[in-house]
Amino acid sequence: MTHYLMSVHGPVERTEFGNYGSREAMEQAFADTGAFNERLKEQGYWVFAGGLEPATTATVVDGTGDAPVMTDGPYLETKEVIGGFWVIDAPDLDVALKLAAEGSKACGGKVEVRPFEGLA
Amino acid sequence: MPEVSAVERVFREEYGRLIASLVRRFGDIDIAEEAAGEALVTALEKWPESGVPPNPGAWLTTTAGNRAIDKLRREKLRDAKHQAATMLYVDDTPPEPTGPVEDDRLRLIFTCCHPALAPEARIALTLRLLGGLTVAEIAQAFLVPETTMAQRITRAKKKIAAAKVPYRVPEAADLPDRLGGVLAVLFLVFNEGYLATGDGDPVRGELTAEAIRLARILRHLLPEEPEVTGLLALMLLIESRREARVRHGQLVPLDEQDRGGWDRALIAEGHDLVRQCLAANRPGRYQILAAINAVHTDAPAATDTDWSQVVALYDQLTRIDPSPIVALNRAVAVAELDGPEVALALVDRLPLPGYHAWHVTRADLLRRLGRSAEAKEAYDAAIAATQNSAERAYLSRKRGELI
Repeated sequence: MTHYLMSVHGPVERTEFGNYGSREAMEQAFADTGAFNERLKEQGYWVFAGGLEPATTATVVDGTGDAPVMTDGPYLETKEVIGGFWVIDAPDLDVALKLAAEGSKACGGKVEVRPFEGLA
Repeated sequence: MPEVSAVERVFREEYGRLIASLVRRFGDIDIAEEAAGEALVTALEKWPESGVPPNPGAWLTTTAGNRAIDKLRREKLRDAKHQAATMLYVDDTPPEPTGPVEDDRLRLIFTCCHPALAPEARIALTLRLLGGLTVAEIAQAFLVPETTMAQRITRAKKKIAAAKVPYRVPEAADLPDRLGGVLAVLFLVFNEGYLATGDGDPVRGELTAEAIRLARILRHLLPEEPEVTGLLALMLLIESRREARVRHGQLVPLDEQDRGGWDRALIAEGHDLVRQCLAANRPGRYQILAAINAVHTDAPAATDTDWSQVVALYDQLTRIDPSPIVALNRAVAVAELDGPEVALALVDRLPLPGYHAWHVTRADLLRRLGRSAEAKEAYDAAIAATQNSAERAYLSRKRGELI
């Protein structure tokens, strides 16, 4: 089994409905994602998942020097940032890609699938 | 006593099967390639003395398998490779029988053509692992530096290993889609051979031959898939005209070709396959394209061509694939049936200003309508958009003939 990160990217700027067009769309996506999460657990692929606060709440810490340096904001200045992610445990990429397609449909965003080199 | 080249020929012939069985056994492409390479070195040492063994494929598989085991034992790694080495004592399964979905090569071709890999990497991996072409040969075929091609292949192999792209024939529900990806790769290889880009040879027989060889293997493995049969038929029928298609460095269009120069054996085989497709009655894109080519190869002279049949087949293809490129090819047939004016009206509607064949078709229709000034412009646009040297030469001649 291999662990995969399934990350969902979205715009930096969020509306009051997250990345969704309306309250209904947002609530529907939340419900669908919740149901998808339940399926992941039932089928034994689930490791961990979560949605992130907006990128504006991020802090970058550089501890490589003598004293750590804190900087406000995300590490990269981009238009798209990770909004949430799943970590799954799947037998191979075909299974991971199928799950990613389901997750993408549920949350209404594109999903990037990337294998872990290892887990601590 | 076999020559070195004879040994290498056997090796290439057996390469796909050899690599595929090693990948299944050791679960790692790099180990498989290295062991296969060592088996070749041994064969080059021994065969010129002892002669080619009666079953060279089995000899190579055994030798390469032993080399891989030796190496894994030597390294005594405590990682996955070590586990693979210890597994050898349990995994005594003989090479799997060549059945519809059992063959190791079939698994490997679905791995090489996996949709998670970049399209150009799929082509390169297929030619490397199943075709046995060297990285240098593939680089040359696609006109990129060898280091670039090597990087492309290495990156794809890394992704296969790290992301665990499976060595597996897709499940029945996914097979049509995934098979479509495999067929597209083979047809791209064929097309690059048939109408080569760049300044080298206008036709690359080694690529068309390789695509046909791989399609034959695929058909042997999936005899019940009519689209596989259709693709093989299509390639055979196009290949049958290869010799007649270039003369004095110029492309010769279908209606001007010396039909006596067509390969009758390939045509007979292609027609037989098209008949099998018709009997299966599950039409698809490649089968229809093969049927269109069969109409052409059926005609003793260009004037005997059954154009209404060609248009009907394009109508059928349009229902599956309503793309402007199909519409363009249909218009070429309509020109023969209803005249160039009707065809030009169809062609001018198509949004294909970047496609060289669109300009070529317009130029030809305008020429036939006697609209020389516009035809010249269209030929200029066609020449500018064409990357094949023989086609450029042909278009320049046609343009020069206009008054």
